[in-house]
Amino acid sequence: MNKKLENGESNRWLELLQNNSVPLTFIIICAIGIPLSGFSPGYLLNEIVTRMGRNAFLILSLLIPIMAGMGLNFGMTLGAMGAQIALIFVADWQIWGIPGILLAMILSMPISAVLGAFCGHMMNHAIGKEMITSYIISYFMDGMYSLVVLYMMGPVIPVIHAAIRTTRGYGVRNTVSLLNMRQSLDNLFAIHIGGVKIPVLTFLLIALACLFIIWFRKTKLGQDMRAVGQDMDVARDAGINVERTRIIAIVMSTIFAGLGMVIYLQNMGNISTYSSHKQIGMFCIAALLVGGASVDKASIGNVFLGVMLFHLMFIVAPSAGARITGDSMIGEYFRVFLSYAVITVALVMYETKKRRAKGKAGRLLRFEQHKGGKK
Amino acid sequence: MGTTVTESTTLGNKTKFKELLDNFGLPRLIIAGFLLLLFIMAPMVGADFATQISNTVNRFSWNAVLVLAMVPMVHSGCGLNFGLPLGIISGLLGATLSIQLGFTGGMSFVMAILICTPFALLLGGGYGWLLNKIKGGEMMIATYVGFSSVSFMCMMWLLLPYTSPKMVWGLSGKGLRTTISLEGFYDKVLARFLQINIGKLSIPVGSLLFFAALAFLMWAFLHTRTGTAMTAVGSNPTFARASGINIDKMRMLSVVLSTWLGAVGILVYEQGFGFIQIYTAPLFMALPTVSAILIGGASVNKASIANVIIGTFLFQGIVTMTPTVINSMIHMDMSEVIRVIVSQGMILYALTRKTEGSK
Repeated sequence: MNKKLENGESNRWLELLQNNSVPLTFIIICAIGIPLSGFSPGYLLNEIVTRMGRNAFLILSLLIPIMAGMGLNFGMTLGAMGAQIALIFVADWQIWGIPGILLAMILSMPISAVLGAFCGHMMNHAIGKEMITSYIISYFMDGMYSLVVLYMMGPVIPVIHAAIRTTRGYGVRNTVSLLNMRQSLDNLFAIHIGGVKIPVLTFLLIALACLFIIWFRKTKLGQDMRAVGQDMDVARDAGINVERTRIIAIVMSTIFAGLGMVIYLQNMGNISTYSSHKQIGMFCIAALLVGGASVDKASIGNVFLGVMLFHLMFIVAPSAGARITGDSMIGEYFRVFLSYAVITVALVMYETKKRRAKGKAGRLLRFEQHKGGKK
Repeated sequence: MGTTVTESTTLGNKTKFKELLDNFGLPRLIIAGFLLLLFIMAPMVGADFATQISNTVNRFSWNAVLVLAMVPMVHSGCGLNFGLPLGIISGLLGATLSIQLGFTGGMSFVMAILICTPFALLLGGGYGWLLNKIKGGEMMIATYVGFSSVSFMCMMWLLLPYTSPKMVWGLSGKGLRTTISLEGFYDKVLARFLQINIGKLSIPVGSLLFFAALAFLMWAFLHTRTGTAMTAVGSNPTFARASGINIDKMRMLSVVLSTWLGAVGILVYEQGFGFIQIYTAPLFMALPTVSAILIGGASVNKASIANVIIGTFLFQGIVTMTPTVINSMIHMDMSEVIRVIVSQGMILYALTRKTEGSK
């Protein structure tokens, strides 16, 4: 830290390198992997555009809790669960196409709001441990979700069509087909340019979400959240209801995640009832971190860069791994390893930076006191 | 949740019984009551009581050492060891290498413990070094360090040059199988030692003795000077530093101990279960172990051997009894879901309780 004062120019490059080490590492990995995998640029471009449309909304939902200082919201899984329950009902009531998607989005909002409120309430009881609490809540809610979807749907909650019910008489099947609304959001107003399908409506929704976030940051509530994120005690002294603001941040994030999950699932075309939501949290958080975000700072640019790099790596790794080692499973494990590793590295960097900042503040205070005493 | 302390001090004349209840915690009471209910209902729904008890005690003997591995890190203030997969990986390396080198029978178990120790020391040392750099955020990072290392090892299990025909895939001859049977190796090597069989009731005395020995050693260690220093680091770091205790060294020691116990624990688990499970299996072993010790009365910064015993028994009791009893009653297999809700709910409760030093 002191070296920066002495020779600013060269250390500025070093710091830039350090701060952006994660995206740079991924750029290098992709640069090595793309030629090895043997995919054509056209195919890769199409895949990235599709995945961008599918995932960007979900990742945007992570921005608000980071702004409010609550770290990475592993509880976005709760929003995904709300969306899945809404979609199961919509599929059961056989409302297809755009109206079905709209209805699912509207239905998912109250479910996501309730789950988000629960999550936010719990996180308020575990200040300082928000991330691990939201992580455990996502597992806990997964159990509750299984309880509702596997056991209560059928006997207690009416499910009309046998195609969705399992043969046991209770519970929903492992996959719920959304064939009749598959990509209806994507296909409306889609543009095809040289083999690449651009889902204009989906991107429009994503742009709306970005505009909303930019606008929200300037509102009083948004400013309150940023104040809470910077320093909870100072915010409390300034008269902000810290607990309520934090809960609102998580509720908003969960609702966004629910809407994003509806977009994700309509693109996929079917719901893996018991597993779609499980990995979504981890992959979205990894993608955001790959884009250069950290636990306490994330921007919209990080979201898009992250989707591009992370999903490029994701597509390219299995084939590249097979080319290098001759075993196709290596690539699969490698991309899972990278996803976990990137989150680990981001968490470690965040914690060490926090401790270094505390140490630096202590040293500055000592310096001030020493100066004052000498006078 | 979490408002008990202030209320009891301001009211003053709360009865001792109510205070005991609050300290024990409502969720634990619910769980203990639930288990008692299951035990009572078991004979009524036709489940064989003796078999149930045997199953519970057996599963207790498999898991107890893993839960014991949680104790050192809680004592030194590193929180709950979500990074248990690192210890499990050391144990798996010990087990597979022991088989690879050709040991069989009881000797393979002893060699597995010997071989896993250097790995545990190495991985535990690295893990401890990392945790010392990030004091305060241990639990989350530990989870992801555990996940990353398991994923990394998934790649390694495929690449490392294992050749033993008992362990590699048949067709290609390269890369380890997902599940490796321990027949002829150390399957039930501790369990059969001094096993008591009375009718349908079978108690694996050997495993229980092994756990008792390790638990006694842990208890003795915690009462030595080093052990007390470790506890001081966890409960009052400022006091510990003032007394001249090297906090980083103590934390490192606790992490290494915990990793080693995790390695031995997975070996004990394997001998009871009968199989070595590699690849992604270690991912799912940390959370049940954490919730077991929490059910037993531990918290994020306090754990004792009694917590280990009570917690493992309650948790394994629920895991064993729920399927048989509830299935016989309502013909629906809810066991997995109930297990997830109970274990995760317990961890959630522990995380959201106001601990003695926090704001």
